[in-house]
Amino acid sequence: MNALVAGFRGFAEYFSGVLGADAYKKYLEHHEASGHDGPPMCERDFWRDHTDRQDSNPQGRCC
Amino acid sequence: MGTMPDGGPNTARVDDGITPVPGLPATAVDESVREAEERKWTPAKIALWAAIALLGGVAWFMLAIVRGETVNAIWFVFASVCTYLIGYRFYSKVIERYITKPNDRRATPAEYKADGKDYVRTDRNVLFGHHFAAIAGAGPLVGPVIAAQMGYLPGTIWIIIGVVLAGAVQDYLVLFFSMRRGGRSLGQMAREELGVIGGTAALIATLLIMVIIVAILALVVVNALGESPWGVFSVGMTIPIALFMGVYLRYLRPGKVMEVSLIGFVLLMAAIIGGGAVAGTEWGAAFFHLDKVTIAWGLIIYGFIAAILPVWLLLAPRDYLSTFMKIGVIVMLALAIIVVRPEITVPAFSEFASRDNGPVFSGAVFPFLFVTIACGALSGFHALISSGTTPKLIEKERQTRLIGYGGMLMESFVAIMALVAAISIDRGIYFAMNAPTALTGGTVETAAQWVNSLGLAGVNITPDVLAQTAKDVGEQSIISRSGGAPTLAVGLAHIMQQFIGGTAMMAFWYHFAIMFEALFILTAVDAGTRVARFMLQDSIGNFVPKFKDHSWRPGAWLATAVMVAAWGLVLLMGVTDPLGGINTLFPLFGIANQLLAAIALSVVLAIVAKRGTFKYLWIVALPLAFAAVVTITASFYKIFSPVPAVGYFANNAAFAKALADGKTSFGTAKTQAAMEAVVRNTMIQGWLSIIFVVLSIIVIITALIATAKAFRNASAGIANVEYEDPAQPSRVFAPAGLFPTAAERELDAKWKKLPADQRLEHSARH
Repeated sequence: MNALVAGFRGFAEYFSGVLGADAYKKYLEHHEASGHDGPPMCERDFWRDHTDRQDSNPQGRCC
Repeated sequence: MGTMPDGGPNTARVDDGITPVPGLPATAVDESVREAEERKWTPAKIALWAAIALLGGVAWFMLAIVRGETVNAIWFVFASVCTYLIGYRFYSKVIERYITKPNDRRATPAEYKADGKDYVRTDRNVLFGHHFAAIAGAGPLVGPVIAAQMGYLPGTIWIIIGVVLAGAVQDYLVLFFSMRRGGRSLGQMAREELGVIGGTAALIATLLIMVIIVAILALVVVNALGESPWGVFSVGMTIPIALFMGVYLRYLRPGKVMEVSLIGFVLLMAAIIGGGAVAGTEWGAAFFHLDKVTIAWGLIIYGFIAAILPVWLLLAPRDYLSTFMKIGVIVMLALAIIVVRPEITVPAFSEFASRDNGPVFSGAVFPFLFVTIACGALSGFHALISSGTTPKLIEKERQTRLIGYGGMLMESFVAIMALVAAISIDRGIYFAMNAPTALTGGTVETAAQWVNSLGLAGVNITPDVLAQTAKDVGEQSIISRSGGAPTLAVGLAHIMQQFIGGTAMMAFWYHFAIMFEALFILTAVDAGTRVARFMLQDSIGNFVPKFKDHSWRPGAWLATAVMVAAWGLVLLMGVTDPLGGINTLFPLFGIANQLLAAIALSVVLAIVAKRGTFKYLWIVALPLAFAAVVTITASFYKIFSPVPAVGYFANNAAFAKALADGKTSFGTAKTQAAMEAVVRNTMIQGWLSIIFVVLSIIVIITALIATAKAFRNASAGIANVEYEDPAQPSRVFAPAGLFPTAAERELDAKWKKLPADQRLEHSARH
């Protein structure tokens, strides 16, 4: 049963990585690791910034 | 860049000009250890690869040589997967060894430009899924369906062999070289490597190709939704669902991407089921029953609004939804094909394989099959993705082979599955669905009569079967639903109902398939318009500097309007074309996509030559020559062919002459207005072909000049200009392939022992 739960959790984590759902987590890790000189953006601000940057830097989707 | 093994275990002594960061374990598996590991053939390893080769050989034999009444779909799976494995294990290794020569001691842009936002080291397996989701869309689902007109074998061979020798090579090399350049775009690389003329031609060609591709993808959606109340309702509902998700993510629960995707998925399913109920009511059927021209206009207006709305409101949430559906659907389809294993009755070569006047697309196998199937075998569009987001996320240089080459193999597998789905339905139904109304007459009686008159072996269809199939999938009619998507949807429904649900579920599966194809395409339309708008603004900005400011609203809106008008025009042309839009326009889509591939390969050729790799230049030259020959020949047919069904100008002349002679109907055009439309459309299509081919020839020639120059420099001992970012030492380690090797595991263990404060956070799955 534990193996099943672990397997499902691993799959969910993989899937959220593919979706890009873990972007904030990675941002925090980077912020932590890079010798920051200010507090990190809060989650809400990070996602705002995330989509707003896509506005000014669009990426194609394939056919 | 030669990293020669120095015989010792200490990678610090490798002569590549990189001084490793002191105090850290090695950042790459020692060259000689890796070499020894790769070259060591244990009996188990030999047995495994012999088994793969044998199974693949048997599968190809069943597909290509054995001529039974039927062939089982499982052989398509074995033939493709075994060939991919062999191509990946052996051919891509050759490319890695002699062309890319990755160096894991060198930091990737995700490391030296790390910003936690755009440049983020990403676990290789996650990035593989991410990259695959970005490259695969509706293309590999549509092309193979249309190409099935020729029988299954030509398409199967091209998809599988094409990807190994061409498509995956292009994706891998563009990804690698873009990564070495800090994630620079194809356009920027073209400008650097090919100079101003080649670079500008590449830029204009890319912009035009984008317009064509968006227009024809939109045409596929219009054809799938025309006169289909159920489809219009459920696809229409994706817009409010996406808007809701956008608001949810922005204001209600920011960052809960997984959660909102699940909610969106449930709503989507509800929209599909609800669509059936709505289309079943009288008012629903009347209100959502729209003709193709209306839907095309709706799509044009939608395209404009979607492209000027902020990303968070519509594009980002639909992207999540689209990725979610993409992975889910593809896994499900693969499972269904393996479980159901449908028997295929379509012949290896159909009656149309040796002719150039097939009803689904016109032209002979060479070159037109190779442009009809673009995505899945060789897709130039991927070069834009491989030089976009993905290179900024790569953790280690060696992983580019898995992500670039491997990702494209996955897309090819999707194309094979689409082909299997399309050929698992009755051939009579296939032709009734995919021929233009001008041939089928639009009713079940005339369509059945026309299909039976084709003289296809083993095909004898009755009007009842056509009517029953339409009823099964919940549509009013399936006659002349060209564009590939409806055929794939019928095929998928046919397979899936044997897997889950039975015939009662066919209508659901059909609309499920239409829905996800529409979802991919709407995302591609929206994103394509945005990218094209930025390219246009930058180009105009060279003359009117104000346009370079992307946040300047009037400029943004004007550029968006221009781009939407451009693809909208082509779309309307396709929708109203009396010859059947897909029939005439789809070759243009394939030609455009393959020409982009030729451009990307040209840039790669110049880069490889400048690195001094002449002996193995053929690895790039082979797909480039093939893409160039195919697309230039196809373009020449389209421009110069005297056969009206093939040549745009020949058709133009035929219709113009008929008009001049005062005829009121000619061929498939039943009115004078329709004849005038043909004259206008063929003229535009002809000129588009000319512009494409001229631009591409310019790019190819400039690349050949750059290559020759690199060769001359090399023989004269002059160093070529290098545009790579300077090498910096890496500070992380991660395995290269799907499964870590023994040496990689050993090295990884050393990294794990390192105190946490001394190492950068591992990107392995958290």
